[in-house]
Amino acid sequence: MSDRDTVLGRVRRALADVPREERPEDVPVTGGRPDGARAPDAAADLLARNLADYRALVHRVSPARLPVLVAGLLAARGARTLLVPEGLPERWPAAAAAAGVRLCPDDPRATPVELDAVDSVLTGCAVAVAETGTVVLDGGPGQGRRRITLVPDHHICVVRVPGQVVDSVPSALERLDPTRPLTWISGPSATSDIELDRVEGVHGPRTLEVVLLEG
Amino acid sequence: MSGTYLGMPSFPRAAAAATRDGTLRGNLRHATHTIRDKRARAVAELADWPRLRAAAAAIKERTLRHLDHYLVQTEAAVTAAGGTVHWAADAAEANRIVTRLVRATGETEVLKVKSMTTQEIGLNEALGRAGITACETDLAELIVQLGEDRPSHILVPAIHRNRAEIRDIFRARMADWGRPAPDGLGDNPTELAEAARLHLREKFLRAKVAISGANFMVAETGTLVVVESEGNGRMCLTLPETLISVVGIEKVVPTWRDLGVFLQLLPRSSTAERMNPYTSMWTGTAETAETAETAETAETAAEARAAAEARAAAEARPGARAGTRTGTETRAEAGARAGGADGPRAFHLVLLDNGRTDTLADTVGRQALRCIRCSACLNVCPVYERAGGHAYGSPYPGPIGAILTPQLRGTESELDASLPFASSLCGACYEVCPVAIDIPEVLVHLRERVAEGGIVTRGGKKAVIRPARGHAAERAAMRAARWTLDHPAALRTAQRIASRTRRLHPRRLPGPGRAWTGTRALPEVPPESFRDWWARTRGQGSPE
Repeated sequence: MSDRDTVLGRVRRALADVPREERPEDVPVTGGRPDGARAPDAAADLLARNLADYRALVHRVSPARLPVLVAGLLAARGARTLLVPEGLPERWPAAAAAAGVRLCPDDPRATPVELDAVDSVLTGCAVAVAETGTVVLDGGPGQGRRRITLVPDHHICVVRVPGQVVDSVPSALERLDPTRPLTWISGPSATSDIELDRVEGVHGPRTLEVVLLEG
Repeated sequence: MSGTYLGMPSFPRAAAAATRDGTLRGNLRHATHTIRDKRARAVAELADWPRLRAAAAAIKERTLRHLDHYLVQTEAAVTAAGGTVHWAADAAEANRIVTRLVRATGETEVLKVKSMTTQEIGLNEALGRAGITACETDLAELIVQLGEDRPSHILVPAIHRNRAEIRDIFRARMADWGRPAPDGLGDNPTELAEAARLHLREKFLRAKVAISGANFMVAETGTLVVVESEGNGRMCLTLPETLISVVGIEKVVPTWRDLGVFLQLLPRSSTAERMNPYTSMWTGTAETAETAETAETAETAAEARAAAEARAAAEARPGARAGTRTGTETRAEAGARAGGADGPRAFHLVLLDNGRTDTLADTVGRQALRCIRCSACLNVCPVYERAGGHAYGSPYPGPIGAILTPQLRGTESELDASLPFASSLCGACYEVCPVAIDIPEVLVHLRERVAEGGIVTRGGKKAVIRPARGHAAERAAMRAARWTLDHPAALRTAQRIASRTRRLHPRRLPGPGRAWTGTRALPEVPPESFRDWWARTRGQGSPE
């Protein structure tokens, strides 16, 4: 008898009290929370507040000003290399490139060690959640593989407002495709393992900058 | 201290030693009160917390009542997405499976994401016996591992250590495991976290195999979810080539939509955050770069899968192999060959029973399997706060441990039989539990089982357990009391004798009652019983 049969057999015997004709949907599940209906502006404001509360740096900018902002953020850190995933609008890193920052594509052949040498990474996102201050990446266009937003120490993530902002976690799940690898990011990595003293920046990027692209 | 929990003393004895440790008590008091207060604020932000909590309890109830259905569904979905599903009836089998899988890769070092399930089965020790080193990557687990210690809290396993102790552990032990601690390492948490970052980064960048648990598995989609803060989880889930996840069968949730309820409850209840810094979700194995590109143009995920299958079929045709085909390969093909896919190319899911079905067989105790391991109950428990986590003798300390461990392991050992009594039944744990587990109800139920014995399920089979030793006096006293209360004349006589001899009553009970009165005052017996007073005065006079 395989362990699969053993375990499933034990489960069925353990559930002898459950009537045979009962189906899963017969067990009543009350609704969770009704979804909030914030105005788009209010949702963007809340997103910005909650991101900042968890130590992400938040910038709000018009599409015309975005390239200059990106160049400025990189210059402020002295970043010389920027990882740009496939499908990222070419305009976004253009001003930085003009200022001498080297643009590296997300090369699938790059080893993690090579990735570790890159200063910064610029991506879009799939959706952002206002209520929790979260951006979600699903590997779609302009987002690259999961590792590129993890190994470099500086991540700039662009969120389109209001199109990509949702109120709450359930609305985000509705928009996401579970078959894709998903990464939910709420601020820079952190730990409270030492005396519950919160320290930002453990293994992930120590600086997360979120740019809300408005208009 | 070794990693096994065998032969540990009973809870009262372990707790007696722990409560005498001033440093430990200080660390614990500070920690539990800090998290407790922060959690209350995080929960207060959501006006409809009670509705969420009720929904979560109901979803878990539905899952448990139809667990076989959801496990089979999970298995099918994970397999369809390219993962391999293994089943383990107990810890030994799970350890055998994981050891075999690691050996097949030829690696002798694996990285681990924080997982209580692997702690429960003693996986690190089992791998060690097979010549495989398992390196913990969560900061607290690293502290525990380097210090040859044990976790003492579900969320913050090194909560019993203060910064000075941690600095000393890093200085003394890091060099034995890899990159040594930086010279002149101080005890400020930022510096200590940085030391851990440097020590672990080189391991992350060259890791080939990682082992994780999971917070949730979605039956409908085959998606696994790991919730974390540091990024060590992301490192382990995305960089290695092989990922092995050991997950208890109770971690399944039915649908993608159900997941939303738990993602709202867990961070606020656990770390008191609106959302934890990183949550990773993956379904089966990594798609190759080419499939990902297909998915971007495909209308639906189903189309993308169909495209991938068509491509796989095309590749299976003779002459279609990259090695035999002429012409240049696409960048995506090269990338896929070079490990450019987004995440591990081999994914193994080990579904673990190890006492969970025995717990499921108990209709009262079953609710313990709803637990999402948030640790809120630990932080409000007056007993945990004073005794610390180690006294509970398992990876699951605090109130949830007191009801989970005796069900997973049975109540044969002295330690496990003592756990249901490690509580004052104050009910604070039930109040904060995000999945509404009535912990006091289960504690009382298990106390009865220990004291009276009865029919239980062990290893999938019905068994009759005898009353535990040490409860004979209690049972005799209760039987005598029951008889007396059933016989009014005897009760009256007993009450009068007690009243007349009240000057002679000892302050402490002799014999088996001594331990009981060691921490409690005996109630004073009044000069006259209520019935006698009523018969004498009809309620008109004062009792004295």
